[in-house]
Amino acid sequence: MSANPVRPSPAPQTSGAAFIFKKALISAGVALVLFSLMIGVRTEAGPQGGLIYWTRFGDLAALVATVFGGSIIVELLRQWWGPVDSERIVPKPVQAAMSFAGRWLAPALLVFAFLIPVIFYNQRYILDLSILVLTYVMLGWGLNVVVGLAGLLDLGYVAFYAVGAYSYALLATNFGLSFWVCLPLAGILAAFWGVLLGFPVLRLRGDYLAIVTLAFGEIIRLVIINWQSLTGGPNGVSGIPRPTLFGIPLDNSDDGLAAKLGIDFSPTHRIIFLFYLILALALVTNWVTIRLRRLPIGRAWEALREDEVACRALGINVTTTKLTAFATGAMFGGFAGAFFATRQGFISPESFTFQESALVLAIVVLGGMGSQLGVALAAVTMIGGFELFRGLDQYRMLFFGMAMVVLMIWRPRGLIGHRAPTVFLERNQAISSDLVKEGHG
Amino acid sequence: MSAAATATPLLAVRGLRAAYGKIEALKGIDIEINAGEIVALIGANGAGKSTLMMTIFGKPRARAGRIEFDGHDITGVPTHEIARLRIAQSPEGRRIFPRMSVAENLQMGADATDCSEAERAAGLERVYTLFPRLKERIAQRGGTLSGGEQQMLAIGRALMSRPRLLMLDEPSLGLAPLIARQIFDAIRTLNRQDGLTVLIVEQNANHALKLAHRGYVMVNGLITLAGTGAELLQRPEIRAAYLEGGRRG
Repeated sequence: MSANPVRPSPAPQTSGAAFIFKKALISAGVALVLFSLMIGVRTEAGPQGGLIYWTRFGDLAALVATVFGGSIIVELLRQWWGPVDSERIVPKPVQAAMSFAGRWLAPALLVFAFLIPVIFYNQRYILDLSILVLTYVMLGWGLNVVVGLAGLLDLGYVAFYAVGAYSYALLATNFGLSFWVCLPLAGILAAFWGVLLGFPVLRLRGDYLAIVTLAFGEIIRLVIINWQSLTGGPNGVSGIPRPTLFGIPLDNSDDGLAAKLGIDFSPTHRIIFLFYLILALALVTNWVTIRLRRLPIGRAWEALREDEVACRALGINVTTTKLTAFATGAMFGGFAGAFFATRQGFISPESFTFQESALVLAIVVLGGMGSQLGVALAAVTMIGGFELFRGLDQYRMLFFGMAMVVLMIWRPRGLIGHRAPTVFLERNQAISSDLVKEGHG
Repeated sequence: MSAAATATPLLAVRGLRAAYGKIEALKGIDIEINAGEIVALIGANGAGKSTLMMTIFGKPRARAGRIEFDGHDITGVPTHEIARLRIAQSPEGRRIFPRMSVAENLQMGADATDCSEAERAAGLERVYTLFPRLKERIAQRGGTLSGGEQQMLAIGRALMSRPRLLMLDEPSLGLAPLIARQIFDAIRTLNRQDGLTVLIVEQNANHALKLAHRGYVMVNGLITLAGTGAELLQRPEIRAAYLEGGRRG
């Protein structure tokens, strides 16, 4: 039953150079067979419509050589790293450094996040990118409640993002409600849709649940496209009002924030305001999630992920537990959606495709299901990395695919795969020692 | 709490029938459990022992008959509300939460009930005095415990709701004899010191009947024999079926 059987750690297998060489040769052989047609021969329609082809043996040789070299490196790395499951003896100083980094990484990241607008004040690109990253951090944290904590695989999370975005866009453009009124409404509406999705899928688990949530995401998108009279269909909603600082607009007008403060107007002000807005929203998401995890409801979510039958035996109402998980996750998605709408000023169904759901899910899984810091790191890596490697053009996806495969091999439970317990030893001991005095004597 | 104090039994099951689809698992069961008693339910695999326990707990639903707890009809009550009446169940196969710590597993047992912080702490203290091993492993993940410790955790978790009736499904399943005896000793302690009423489902008839005040023997969805533990142990058909011939199937 035990999840981590303690194995006798195998003697390090340092197989000789011959073994590595042989393995690399085999890999190179496979690469040669695969690539000789894919890369080695290039075909194209000729001027007369006939097929012309030419050979690219140079490229082929380069690729095969890369595979050969790469295979040697991978094998060396693997020997250095040891088998995937084995316990590694990490030297003491490294351990100390790691635990130091582990303790300070989250606060350091937080401080850095607060300082980003100060450091990069004049770099609009970086500010925009940071806002994008934070949006995904927030979405990741929201989905983490459903997938990471409650263990309900949700492939249609983007639906709630869309509900939030359209709620704000339509309420603001039709009724002139301000962002701050619409934000909670967007959250409530998304949570409502979360419950609506939750009811039919109460009995489903795993892959069946995934399929239904996937369909739900598509249904919402299709409804938005086809309900032209309300949502504007594929044309989307434009002219969505920008957020205000409690009624004070951040624009060039006389009663704008800049004029009130008596400083020169700059469009960067609005960007920075948006940055802090999404940072605050994301931190609220994080804070609420952390608080909930320590309450019985959060514990029930995690227990539900572990064993539904045991939950029932303990008298936990599985129905409400699942529905609250869906509703909470959806609510954060709705908040993020409202923010997205106010930032873009224009939304259309194209922003809410399945790809978004997949991206957010990838962030949660890569980050380590249930880990708040892991999800944040994964969002930074995925979205930030995506931008960073823009220069690689078409090889970007190749690179990312490889990075994800490598990560899943070496850290199969995500970047931060361990789960911090929410009930602590000190507290329990304090309680029990108190009771020894007053209790059973 | 003495058995004589309550005239009506704590749990009374009358003419209970339950089925999985068309297959009838319980064909009219009558049992009674008085407050302060340990009652053993023994029988071969597939006799319907676990089904009886689960039906008392509300899932699967009873097709016919009546379940009364403390004089109240609980036949159609949903599972999570039955737990609130302080009937606790330790399901078959232990089913602890493997990725949660021992302390969290125990807290889960109290979460669904409305007990105060002090009651929670008292419950924890009781579990730790009963199973000191759990206190040593307080921060360890449930999945890393040994089988016996997991069983202790499962019982401890059920105790956290401060039950009036504790139902245990095969607590000795897959345990070494020595560990199984520890578990049975703990159940006896709970009964003698705390006056806890226990319904225990077991294939290990010898152990269970020695522990229990009374026992029921179940065959194919029916109760075929009833009596005190000592009486049942003397019955030749019990000895033949469950003790001397080795446990069947």
